[in-house]
Amino acid sequence: MLIEALFYVFGALLIAAALGVISARNPVYSALALVMCFISSAAIWLLLEAEFLAVVLVLVYVGAVMVLFLFVVMMLDVNLAELRQGFTRFAWLGWLTALAVIVEIVGVVWARGGLGIDAGRGATPTAPTYSNTLELGRVLYTRYAYPFELAAMLLLVAIVRYAYPFELAAMLLLVAIVAAITLTLRRRAGLKQQDISAQVAVRRADRLRIVKMDAEKRP
Amino acid sequence: MITLAQLLTLSGILFSLAIAGVFLNRKNVILLLMCVELLLLAANFNFIAFSRYLADINGQVFVFFILTVAAAESAIGLAILVVLFRERRSINVEDLNTLKG
Repeated sequence: MLIEALFYVFGALLIAAALGVISARNPVYSALALVMCFISSAAIWLLLEAEFLAVVLVLVYVGAVMVLFLFVVMMLDVNLAELRQGFTRFAWLGWLTALAVIVEIVGVVWARGGLGIDAGRGATPTAPTYSNTLELGRVLYTRYAYPFELAAMLLLVAIVRYAYPFELAAMLLLVAIVAAITLTLRRRAGLKQQDISAQVAVRRADRLRIVKMDAEKRP
Repeated sequence: MITLAQLLTLSGILFSLAIAGVFLNRKNVILLLMCVELLLLAANFNFIAFSRYLADINGQVFVFFILTVAAAESAIGLAILVVLFRERRSINVEDLNTLKG
């Protein structure tokens, strides 16, 4: 009973925050509403005994991704009035699409036998000693080791030997970091600095000129 | 007791609100990225709900990888956005028409 009440409270918070994300006037408020979305989702995931993912959602999303969003929103000097122009022109289309999707999903989910399984039952209770993190780690390091090993081996073979699935995750994040930095790196013109690759790649012919000439007579 | 149908309804509502957000904020690239995050969150909800109700941990592994991919995606998306703003002084989708041909 308590769990159901909590589910309704956090579900209502989630939907209200999602409405805030899509309709806030200022992108900063949108980002903050999105933080609220992630926190209430993490609470619902906790109710579903997916503790590890709930903690990861809060740490990674609220702690890192949303801070990045807020940084970018506040860093850019965006003309909001221009972006808000025509907000209401296609609003009816947006709400109509949302309504249609909701009606379809609710129709499928609540129809008798719509999903092919009994959607009206509760989950089977887990043992008191059940550890979500342990179970997740068990399959992540065994069953999912091989496919990700292959993808990761191509690129990261020498760095990490054992944690294969995490290697892919780490690899992906590494690529993301490198891409983000290269994209936003700015080179100023007229700056005097060493170009090491040019120094290393230089060949003898670029620097040295051998001239053939007759020997001079001794005076 | 939370039933599977309740959870799927919640994620369906979240998903359709995010789609409505794409329609409403179709000029602002930052808000489009946020709506994509919401869409992925709704997908993750379904993965976790089915993983719990079918007592199968594999769904949660997929959520783990989706979270990784989504974090990388938003990092690169925001980097592209910053470069875009530096070039065009605007993040309006309508201004990005140089590839029109």
